[in-house]
Amino acid sequence: MNRIIIALLATLAFASQAQAGIDESINAFTAPIAQFVGTVVFFKIPVAGAQLPLVVLWLVVGAVFFTVYMGFINLRGFKHAIELVRGDYADPKSSGEVSHFQALATAVSGTVGIGNIGGVAVAVTVGGSGATFWLIVAGFLGMSTKFVECTLGVKYRNENPDGSVSGGPMYYLRRGFQDRGMDGFGKFMGTFYAVGIFIGALGIGNMFQSNQAYVQLNTVAGGALDGYGWLVGLILAGVVFAVIIGGIKSIARVTEKVVPFMAIFYCFFAIIVILLNITSLPMAISNIFTGAFTGEGVAGGALGALIIGFQRAVFSNEAGIGSASIAHAAVRTNEPVTEGYVSLLEPFIDTIVICTITALVIGTSQVADPNFAGDATGVAMTSAAFERHMSWFPVPLAFAALLFAFSTMISWSYYGLKGWTYLFGEGQMGQTVYKVIFCAFVALGCIVQLGPILDISDALVFLICVPNILGLYFLAPIVKAEMEAYKAKLETGEIRKFA
Amino acid sequence: MSENVILLAVDGSDGSKRALNHVRRRAELGGAKVVVAYVIEWSPYSFNTPEENAERHSRRESEIAKAHDTVVGPALSHLSEGGIEVESVVLHGNPSETLIEIAKKTGAAQIVIGRRGESGLKSLIFGSVAGNLIQTAPIPVMVVP
Repeated sequence: MNRIIIALLATLAFASQAQAGIDESINAFTAPIAQFVGTVVFFKIPVAGAQLPLVVLWLVVGAVFFTVYMGFINLRGFKHAIELVRGDYADPKSSGEVSHFQALATAVSGTVGIGNIGGVAVAVTVGGSGATFWLIVAGFLGMSTKFVECTLGVKYRNENPDGSVSGGPMYYLRRGFQDRGMDGFGKFMGTFYAVGIFIGALGIGNMFQSNQAYVQLNTVAGGALDGYGWLVGLILAGVVFAVIIGGIKSIARVTEKVVPFMAIFYCFFAIIVILLNITSLPMAISNIFTGAFTGEGVAGGALGALIIGFQRAVFSNEAGIGSASIAHAAVRTNEPVTEGYVSLLEPFIDTIVICTITALVIGTSQVADPNFAGDATGVAMTSAAFERHMSWFPVPLAFAALLFAFSTMISWSYYGLKGWTYLFGEGQMGQTVYKVIFCAFVALGCIVQLGPILDISDALVFLICVPNILGLYFLAPIVKAEMEAYKAKLETGEIRKFA
Repeated sequence: MSENVILLAVDGSDGSKRALNHVRRRAELGGAKVVVAYVIEWSPYSFNTPEENAERHSRRESEIAKAHDTVVGPALSHLSEGGIEVESVVLHGNPSETLIEIAKKTGAAQIVIGRRGESGLKSLIFGSVAGNLIQTAPIPVMVVP
């Protein structure tokens, strides 16, 4: 194995010198693919001067439907969700099993990633301040979608002979449709989703993350890493390799423990920056609201801002993609709907809290100095906003970005793996093949530039929304019945707090 | 009756073996019932990877089985040999809090625990189960050196 790695390193090093940057050649190769995939997935219809991708409409309609159909569970279930996470309803007899808190923390580690730092900057650059408003609305509606998909994830999970569990959309699509007498269709949908999550895991959960981590490292290093994307990529891939193939759990454990503190650290300093920009805050907030409805300076106006906001929100909180239900499925509970409640906190933390804070950091900086970031976008733009007040901040931010990227990659490697094992069985050999492919894409992510990467990644993630949300429509009555039955048990006191 | 129930906390350490022997002698003399408890340290608020969560259930089962096989089982048979009435509990949780819960439920009159004799720094930072019990238990705690 070592010899292969050394040979690979040598080849890459040689190639990079000989061609003055292997990066360009790969970019030249991926750009047309990105364009093709993007055109197919984001098939657009012109509406009132804006270009509305059908798939975004699909997500918005779904999220609105689930919010109304479940009786505004995103608002009315919020308090109960907190109680569940706090452990108020935890049966002491099942102590030692995965708790609601643990399931939520794991899922949040997977979603809080570079999107929360860089994705918001992309949204504001392309969709103007108003995109922030729609981002928050999307986060709010997405809570209902999560509720439905995570309830189903637990209800229809598979228990393997070794006692471990496998769950997620591929399982609820197959078995849910089976229950409704649509066996063949269920099989097709399950397989379609499994293929999608596998490919999506290589994009949003992998290349995008490693790419943005590299960009931020390079910015901090003052461009010293220009042309060395392959090297950073190889190092990152090596660490991921050590964890998911080498089974070095200590790295993953440390990351999982540090990430929550990094998120708090990030929010803390973000709030300080907002406070330092306090005079710009009223203007920034008013920009968000006016921009949302006028769409000033945005292609497609208000609708354009809405589209961008929704697109970024999904990219960040993954509501409608179904990925989180794979993580939530690990909880053992007699009431699948409890995990639905818990999961609705996820878009809340990810989008309504963390993304909004980032948006305000950028927004207030823009009001204070419209050209604060120059041409920078993505993480670099957010970094510049912090740098105005704290010149040292880009270094810890790069570290945070690296850790966020890493934990998201670990989580997504698991999501992709579950898609893979759904397709090819739980065999060890096949799992190793998958993991090697995954690591190769980590390296690739640092080599190609943001443009084509983001396009491919976006497209793939939106593609798996199609079977997932279609399934959610069909299975929503089951979730609703579960929810009503659960509520009744709460009222009669059959389920009550242990405390 | 509850006057005669002793809660014995075990963890397989040498200290817990000394506590076991002590409890056997006391119970033989006084005719007490002994509840043998093993608490596996666990917190519902830790951060795990998705893989750890997926394997959690089978891990838990094997942790409980291991506690029974290696520590609790032998302790029970040691006590039964002396003709003592016994009961056992294996639970996950915060050791001292869980032991207190068990004591309340079984109506134990006292808790007996072995001293681990951990080095100063470690117990300074994390505290010790015996130390926490002494501070928080509502019933007498006997620490066997």
